[in-house]
Amino acid sequence: MNDVTMKGLGERMWKVVGTRPVRPDGVDKVTGRAKFGADLNLPNMLIGKVLRSPHAHARIKSIDTSKAQALPGVKAVVTSADFSDLPSEFIPAGEMMVNFRDMTRNVMAREKALYEGHAVAAVAAISEAVAAQALKLIEVEYEVLPHVMDVAQAMQPDAPLLHESMYTIGMEPKPEKPSNVAKRVEFALGDVAAGFAKADVVIEREFTTQPVHQGYIEPHACVASVSEDGQAELWCSTQGQFIVRNFCAKLLGMELSRLRVTASEIGGGFGGKTVVYLEPLALVLSRKAAQPVKMVMSRTEVFKASGPTSGARIWVKIGATRDGRITAAEALLKYQAGAFQGSPVQPGCMCAFAPYDLENVKVVGFDVVVNRPKVAAYRAPGGPISEFAVESVIDELAGRLNLDPIEFRLKNAAKEGTKAAYGPKFGPIGLVQTLEAARAHRNYGVPLKANQGRGVASGFWFNIGGETCAALNLTEDGSVTLVAGTPDIGGSRASLAMMAAEELGIALDKVRPIIGDTSALGYNFLTGGSRVTFSSGMAVIEAAREMIRRLRERAAKIWEIPLDSVAWEDGHARAVGGAKQVAPMPLAEIAKTAGKTGGPIVGYAAINAQGAGPSLATHVVDVEVDPETGKVTVLRYLAVQDAGRAVHPSYVEGQMQGGAVQGIGWALNEEYIYDKNGRMENPGFLDYRIPVCSDVPMIDTVIVEVPNPRHPYGVRGVGETPIVPPMGAIANAVANATGIRFTDLPMSPPRVLKAIDEKHAATSK
Amino acid sequence: MDGTRKFKVATKHHVTTTINGDPAEFLCTPEQTLLDVLRDVLYLTGSKEGCASGDCGACSVILDGRLVCSCLVLGVEAEGRDVETIEGMANGDELHPLQQKFLEHAALQCGICTPGFLVAAKALLARNPDPTETEVRYWLAGNLCRCTGYDKIVRAVLDAAAEMRGN
Amino acid sequence: MARVILSGTLRDLAGGDAEVELEARDVRQLLRALGERYPELAPHLEQGYAIAIDGEIFQDAWFAPIGPDSEVHLVPAIRGG
Repeated sequence: MNDVTMKGLGERMWKVVGTRPVRPDGVDKVTGRAKFGADLNLPNMLIGKVLRSPHAHARIKSIDTSKAQALPGVKAVVTSADFSDLPSEFIPAGEMMVNFRDMTRNVMAREKALYEGHAVAAVAAISEAVAAQALKLIEVEYEVLPHVMDVAQAMQPDAPLLHESMYTIGMEPKPEKPSNVAKRVEFALGDVAAGFAKADVVIEREFTTQPVHQGYIEPHACVASVSEDGQAELWCSTQGQFIVRNFCAKLLGMELSRLRVTASEIGGGFGGKTVVYLEPLALVLSRKAAQPVKMVMSRTEVFKASGPTSGARIWVKIGATRDGRITAAEALLKYQAGAFQGSPVQPGCMCAFAPYDLENVKVVGFDVVVNRPKVAAYRAPGGPISEFAVESVIDELAGRLNLDPIEFRLKNAAKEGTKAAYGPKFGPIGLVQTLEAARAHRNYGVPLKANQGRGVASGFWFNIGGETCAALNLTEDGSVTLVAGTPDIGGSRASLAMMAAEELGIALDKVRPIIGDTSALGYNFLTGGSRVTFSSGMAVIEAAREMIRRLRERAAKIWEIPLDSVAWEDGHARAVGGAKQVAPMPLAEIAKTAGKTGGPIVGYAAINAQGAGPSLATHVVDVEVDPETGKVTVLRYLAVQDAGRAVHPSYVEGQMQGGAVQGIGWALNEEYIYDKNGRMENPGFLDYRIPVCSDVPMIDTVIVEVPNPRHPYGVRGVGETPIVPPMGAIANAVANATGIRFTDLPMSPPRVLKAIDEKHAATSK
Repeated sequence: MDGTRKFKVATKHHVTTTINGDPAEFLCTPEQTLLDVLRDVLYLTGSKEGCASGDCGACSVILDGRLVCSCLVLGVEAEGRDVETIEGMANGDELHPLQQKFLEHAALQCGICTPGFLVAAKALLARNPDPTETEVRYWLAGNLCRCTGYDKIVRAVLDAAAEMRGN
Repeated sequence: MARVILSGTLRDLAGGDAEVELEARDVRQLLRALGERYPELAPHLEQGYAIAIDGEIFQDAWFAPIGPDSEVHLVPAIRGG
């Protein structure tokens, strides 16, 4: 059951926005025609493969590729010698600041292999079989070093050191010795000591979470073709073709406009495809071989060599008065960054207490390197981890104070004007509305049976705007082509076309959207940060308004009246103010004579969208815990979220449902299992088991709309927030069902059963 | 210097089969899977590789009426048999009811798993035209989706089943 | 004079100053003035801070206006996933 609760609509009567049309790119996807990363084949194409370190930590003493080079059918072999060493330079990438010195090393190891799966060489050959054979002929001499996999162990003074030049930033006094701690960050408001002193109840707990992979079903894939004059084309599955262009051009020393990157259809990203792995390798191989090179990761490679999100250790302490007001909140977060610095600990700190209106709060975070693949962004990076811990303690506090969990959150909810721990004041936000809608929903009143429990959690994510371009071109027969620059990962072509149709006042099927390559438009920041419907939407609306102005100008010329006497309504130019008695002129008519009235009619917007509003959510989960197997079954799931304005409600619901189920997997089963040598034991979908269809019920959704005043249609990003509440909600439900507070994720059957057995043993004594 | 570079070319088998109702033939090595053949030899890229180990279902095809993961079938095993892929699901330019319902229910986001789900659902409805929600969920448990949370997929399949029954 | 609030790492790099008053009409001028007053802070400002001006966040917006009585926070840039 899916509801949309309209609030704050204003006077505008929406014609297209808010409806549920079939997406314009849909038919190709249900017929298998749509082309994803691995679906492209070029004439004369070679297959590229990567040789990867079998060791979690090792010095690379030498690499001999001569036998591989000599194998018939091998056209190119590359190692770090084919990449320049780059200086330390920070740029934003995904959720973190990426250092190019680190990026070139992650793409191709230089001095050391820092995780099992780290790329050490690559080949391009006439077939996959020959490429695989060639890899076996590459001789690498490793000096195996001790490795470290756990955050707490990596922070010990005697831990194996990954980077000799890593001195913790943000520590006073500055450390004299290098360590595995890249950074310390701190956010604070007020005085937590004083706040705790005022509290009647204080609860503190420690939590651990494991790294989880974004789990996109499509492995990384690309096809690179470098011409003899150094110009290159790259086709790849990515969330950001302009980001790929930037990274590859930098790594290869190319001028940006010489590299044309086309985003294929993308089979899932969730943040994991905001970085490059194969792309620079394919380009360098293609350059060397002077032939196109296709590279596709196997599933094993995806697990061993592409970034999961961080595992973490979290400590949370919250104090409240007897009547339910939180007086102080504190947290310490230690996040794994993988082999190179840059975990999302910073946003994790900023989000941790964001749903709450607090006077006294302090959050400290550490970014720690370990011998695992470098982490990449995963949907609301950093947020789900810290908010899981916080929502668990909030729940425990509510229980101790004898308050309904929603009631407790309402008493402390952040609202418009609330000052966040990381500084700014919130504009209008919908947390209270989501809490009230959750409480009013019939799911909240379903009676629970034995071994069943209910849990609630709220969640916050910032959402971003960013650099965005969009173009609208009017064809001679009165239809419109729309070129956007942000890859469509969830149905955004539909919502963008809808916004153009709404603004222009024409039928939706007259607007045909495509995603342009890097030569088609000015710079677009990547698809991520829940920014596309907000930013590309804003750009499309602005482009439409520019087109409307031009249409009015043409009508004014044709009618020989001033521009001010021409209005645009329902897809027609209308003479107003008594200037002329004439029938309204439809868009198609103006299009027909465009060539004679001044030339082609287009609209173009190039913006740096500001004013993205946060999206808040509340989830309610009912579970049943089998006391004999420890299995947790999700019986009912309700996700309530503020979308600002739901342009296409089905795709908003889709984001809520997809994020919720990813959260279910994170809470109940997903984790990386390593052997004592730091080698991954479950690099496949059988043993890294993500939720399947039979694991989950229908995901009920309620969309709340508190329009974002900074967007012309009130849109808020919705894509990331849905993954933030599930772990807290499920942990709270399991606690409600079993009386046991689980602080370590995942709550997989062996762990749950063990805790249940221990509790029985304790109580039966 | 020896002027001849000897290439070791693996022995290829000649296979005759039927794909989506049409006669087809191809050459493949003994270790190439049916998925490899479909995608790399016949350029039928609608079936996708998600794992190459039969765990994700993105490569689902129907072989002699039976739902299989084509990554677990050898190319040579297609000899003399009937293969149905996503490319054969529509009837000319008329979409299959399952395809139509997936679109109407927004049962796809990125779409990579969609061909596999459609083929799997088609196989389900061929043997059970009136499945319950639970039966749908368990039948489709071999197809992984990371985007949708499965809700709209299940609704689309149940709706298509109803339409195909003439309800 | 705009009031700039520094916290955590930034405050430490500014010698412990939690609040700074600066003459700045836009973000670019503000970052320049901060870097001049606290040289230790300057390299960090390059690393990606969004600016909240009277509660509203601006990212990569050199010319976002700052009023004479504005309260300004430096917020680590968010990119998303």
